[in-house]
Amino acid sequence: MTSAATARVAAARPARQVIARFFDRWSLIVYTLLAVIYLLLPVAVIILFSFNDPAGKSNFVWQGFTIQYWLDPFGPLGLSDAVTLSLVIAFLSTAIATALGTLIALALERYSFRGKGFMNSLIFLPMATPEIIMGASLLTMFVAIGTPPFFPLNFLTILIAHVMFNISYVVVTVRARLAGFPRHLEEAAGDLYANEWQTFWRVTFPLILPGIVAAALLAFSLSIDDFVVTNFTAGGTQTFPMFIYAKSRIGIPVQVNVIGTCIFLIAVGGVAITTLAGRRKQR
Amino acid sequence: MADIEVRLVDVTKRFGDFVAVDAISLEVRDGEFFSLLGPSGCGKTTTLRMLGGFEEPTSGLIELHGQDVTWLPPYKRNVNTVFQNYALFPHLSIAENIAFGLKRRGVKADEIKRRVAEALELVQLTGYEARKPGQISGGQAQRVALARALINRPGVLLLDEPLGALDLKLRKQMQVELKRIQQEVGITFIYVTHDQEEAMTMSDRIAVMNKGHYEQLGEPEVLYERPKTRFVAGFLGVSNLIPVKSEGTADNYAILRLPDGHAARAPRALLDGQSGPVALGVRPEKIRLKARAEETSGQYNRLDGIVRHSSYIGVSTQYIVELGDERQLTVFEQNVERATKAELWSPGEEVALTWLPEHSFAVPDDTGGVVEQTGIAAVE
Ligand SMILES: Nc1ncnc2c1ncn2[C@@H]1O[C@H](COP(=O)(O)OP(=O)(O)O)[C@@H](O)[C@H]1O
Ligand SMILES: [Mg+2]
Repeated sequence: MTSAATARVAAARPARQVIARFFDRWSLIVYTLLAVIYLLLPVAVIILFSFNDPAGKSNFVWQGFTIQYWLDPFGPLGLSDAVTLSLVIAFLSTAIATALGTLIALALERYSFRGKGFMNSLIFLPMATPEIIMGASLLTMFVAIGTPPFFPLNFLTILIAHVMFNISYVVVTVRARLAGFPRHLEEAAGDLYANEWQTFWRVTFPLILPGIVAAALLAFSLSIDDFVVTNFTAGGTQTFPMFIYAKSRIGIPVQVNVIGTCIFLIAVGGVAITTLAGRRKQR
Repeated sequence: MADIEVRLVDVTKRFGDFVAVDAISLEVRDGEFFSLLGPSGCGKTTTLRMLGGFEEPTSGLIELHGQDVTWLPPYKRNVNTVFQNYALFPHLSIAENIAFGLKRRGVKADEIKRRVAEALELVQLTGYEARKPGQISGGQAQRVALARALINRPGVLLLDEPLGALDLKLRKQMQVELKRIQQEVGITFIYVTHDQEEAMTMSDRIAVMNKGHYEQLGEPEVLYERPKTRFVAGFLGVSNLIPVKSEGTADNYAILRLPDGHAARAPRALLDGQSGPVALGVRPEKIRLKARAEETSGQYNRLDGIVRHSSYIGVSTQYIVELGDERQLTVFEQNVERATKAELWSPGEEVALTWLPEHSFAVPDDTGGVVEQTGIAAVE
């Protein structure tokens, strides 16, 4: 409708038109704002309470502003070790799961072999199984083996568990990218004297890289905050989520909020960088 | 005699029970512009893919420059392909796309740079080095694909309907350009198309394919003037096919009885090797229309008919002429002797159709005696 026509209708029915227009313009914005507040409020509370100066052990009531805990982020005993362990496990399990998962995705997408259908459904199992069941089964298995390096439970058993549940997510994510992959590009590479190895690294890999990166980010975030499966397979070691859980009964140290804030900022920074890079590429 | 660059011997390709390519044998000469022409699904792409190494033949032998390459992977063959959808690498710049083959072969960086510049010049895309494939038009992408293949100076260049995605005007332009480039670089081109006009304009020789094999192979003029099968006659241009009975020979001519009782003549050689029923073919532009009363010189073949339909196209007029038995023939007449509406033949007029025996061709008549025009009456 042209603006002249709109004006004529508005003159005929002014009141209804104005109200309708108001809703047209504002309802979406209000709705969006509410949704954003709903999503960000918990994060805001975490950040706010990283500057709290609690009187006792518990950090639940606002007592006053301090940056004391930001200056001493690893103060509480065991926190530093827990964060380090979580990071190491997240990096290693991401690297291993991404490499294996990408290869599995390629195999499932490109080749037909005996048992492919079975493999296809098997790969979804870790995603479909409740974590608590998976954790319990892994515990049973490691105890049943009963010898080092799998028993007593340790760093290695956590890593094995994390790689296991991460692989399915990587396979699914990378396959989605491969499904739309133009195969004739690989033929073109072969036509231009690239052998299979060169074709993969020069053509296939760069083109599915966004899928691989997305899979790796997903795997990393799944690993770093996993509690249930980790708790079953950790034995005497303690990851960051386990540290928080253990402290929750006696009072969570403010430093947990500090580290939580850092993780949030890193995540936001990562998303910002990928978005910007994506935009630059499009242009 | 030129060297043989490509040789196929009894090459067959099956997909399951389906025979896509049926025992094809052919030879392509060095430096030749050779086309595989045929309708969709006749096996052109499959044949080309076997030459490129993307498909293994079920049986048969493929030789490139005298070397058996039947089982070699694509990257070990001295051929390059221009794919139908171009298949440019979207993550690489135009220059990197074109340099891809040279890099894989370990050519030195400064030589690559020089040759990329040369190749871009050849396809008239200098200045586009840094662009990505997503930032150029279809016609330009087509030329990049060509440059990317030609820069490797392959023994043979394979092109699979490279102009199929372009609009008509650009396609005509690229036909001329492709031919120019081919003559400039002197590389053997094997060109796949379903467009008979495209094939005839560019090719030195054409193999007309149908259902997994080729029905006739030869120069465009030979295929047009002397098609050997009903399919070839219909696929290249428009043909009038009239079932005839052979009634012996006189001088160097075969005497043929037309359905309406007239006798016609055709060069004897045309009927050599024809054993079963034969159809006589005449191209629409070879037929002259005359008034019935007008005397025909004995040297012409003649049929009587009634004009049923005429369409004026400017340079020429296309007539549909009905013979006594409701069979219809197509005739093209240049608008030279007759040009105004009063002069042109109009529906209902009784005419005689005449043509020279030398302008006939003969094909085996496998339809059981139906007069037919085949092909599409192209309106220019
Ligand atoms: N990979 C394949 N699997 C099964 N059938 C195929 C395959 N490739 C081609 N065909 C069949 O082979 C026939 C010839 O195909 P193609 O060579 O692509 O024809 P053209 O290029 O002449 O159109 C078609 O009927 C097609 O369906
Ligand atoms: Mg094809």
